[in-house]
Amino acid sequence: MFDALTQTEWEAIRLSLRIATVAMIASLPLGVAVAFILARCRFPGRTIVDGIVHLPLVMPPVVTGYLLLLLFGRRGPIGAWLESTFGIVLAFRWTGAALACAIMGFPLMVRAIRLSIEAIDSRLEAAAATLGAHRMAVFATITLPLMLPGLIAGMLLAFARALGEFGATITFVGNIPGETQTIPTAIYTFIQVPGGEFDALRLAVVSVVIAFGALIASDVLARRARRKVFGQ
Amino acid sequence: MSLSVHVEKRLGPAGGSFTLSAKFESEGRVTSLFGRSGAGKSTLVNLIAGLFRPDSGAIRIDDTTLFDSTASIDVPAHKRRIGYVFQEGRLFPHFSVRGNLLYGHRFTRKQDRWTKLDEIVDLLGIAALLDRRPASLSGGEKQRVAIGRALLSSPRLLLMDEPLAALDQERKGEILPYIERLRDQMRMPIVYVSHAVDEVSRLADTVVLLDAGKVIAKGTVNDVLGSRSEMIAEGPEAGVVLIATVRVHDQVSGLTHLAHPAGDLSVPLSSLAIGSKVRVRVRARDVALAVGEPGRISIRNRLAGTVSDITDMTRGGVAVRLDIEGDPLIASVTRDAVRDLDLKVGDPVTALIKSAAFDPLSFGNTTWP
Repeated sequence: MFDALTQTEWEAIRLSLRIATVAMIASLPLGVAVAFILARCRFPGRTIVDGIVHLPLVMPPVVTGYLLLLLFGRRGPIGAWLESTFGIVLAFRWTGAALACAIMGFPLMVRAIRLSIEAIDSRLEAAAATLGAHRMAVFATITLPLMLPGLIAGMLLAFARALGEFGATITFVGNIPGETQTIPTAIYTFIQVPGGEFDALRLAVVSVVIAFGALIASDVLARRARRKVFGQ
Repeated sequence: MSLSVHVEKRLGPAGGSFTLSAKFESEGRVTSLFGRSGAGKSTLVNLIAGLFRPDSGAIRIDDTTLFDSTASIDVPAHKRRIGYVFQEGRLFPHFSVRGNLLYGHRFTRKQDRWTKLDEIVDLLGIAALLDRRPASLSGGEKQRVAIGRALLSSPRLLLMDEPLAALDQERKGEILPYIERLRDQMRMPIVYVSHAVDEVSRLADTVVLLDAGKVIAKGTVNDVLGSRSEMIAEGPEAGVVLIATVRVHDQVSGLTHLAHPAGDLSVPLSSLAIGSKVRVRVRARDVALAVGEPGRISIRNRLAGTVSDITDMTRGGVAVRLDIEGDPLIASVTRDAVRDLDLKVGDPVTALIKSAAFDPLSFGNTTWP
């Protein structure tokens, strides 16, 4: 069956994996930081930050894509600045697709990590401080290892969301084979063409396999992390 | 080691429902912060540890100022070099016992290190646990590891916040000798928080009695447990701590005989070394008085003394203070008894204490005074 995949289909698969992986990894540091702030800090405007983070979850993806286009398009305020300063163009590029996916997956990632931080007994961190560990050392040796299972769950959710992302991607970066055409947008294209149902089905099977693989991999990792963190 | 604490902190919801205002100095090796739950003891040790910040005041150890609100000094917790043993242990679940023990050790500068893993492991008897995870330890084992972890950070002072409160009587009896070893062998300065009189009377040199955020008495164990303050004198735990020497163990009758200048004491059989000094707590309510020869009675422990003070208590009893060969002893008796015996200050009396009145936790080794 894999021999039967066309050049276009292979490219869509490769792009999808690359975009999802980049989106997941690139949003991780910010995701951890935001989750930490929301879990631990009390400050005015916290609800607003929480709201902004969750916005992509409740807004129609097309709206997110459109807003991205307005802001990060070549004539948008951020897009124009990025292009003139760093020569970075996001609109209609695979990097833009990664940005769209990262934003769509961000609330899910933050939510999972935040829950794992809230579950940590902060008295353990106080104990570490009395043993001479400064704040960064406490984070690296106590907080981070204890939130590892949640971190893995958050990464999987972001990855899965990125694989399935359609609306924001197609609005912001279009559906260009070889550049921005991911598995979902490729399936959409096949369905639009008469006689493309079988191609769509093959890609659908591929996406089920990838999703299942990601699920199993994260489960194995999470279980290993939990064993390492909490003993037998 | 000298510790000087003089702090104020407002606590509670909406701020100001409760003000902790405490001032004490300690030159003692074990200072006990003693009082009911909610008296402010734990808050006070958290202030000393640097986990809470006082509203005002100063905290000093020897020549080092850890906190001073007027000079804006506030040394962060991780730089204070104060070990802390928490009530719930707080072992790190993702490290082995060895990893837990060495956690603080790693953060201690080489020139500040004065404890070694092997020594501490021996002292606390935890060699067999080194490769285990905290989740698989019993409550008593966890606390021993927690004590070892704090010691291995080479602290200049050890704070212990009700370290035995979560353990049953048997486990308590298992851990107390280890804390006595810290005090007597390692000479570790300790601030020991407890609401349990048996722990305080076995461990403390100096006792600071707290109630509703205020220090209401401080001094030696006998100053405080034998205090005339209503809270102690009228309570069930009023009494004294006597120092005696282990004379002989009698396996057959299940008794250990202790020698005191005023007479022998028989207490439930223990494993204390013969010839070693022990602290024995004697509660005022367990002491009866006899004038002259008591005659044929079952009570074996008879200490000779003279009446030094007779104080009426508000609830009807009388606290009779005795001098037994230089040591104090208090008997809680009824007014009728004082009248019938015609007790007066200076009268010679015999204090009677049932052997069964001593519970096994109420005595333990000491090198003090």
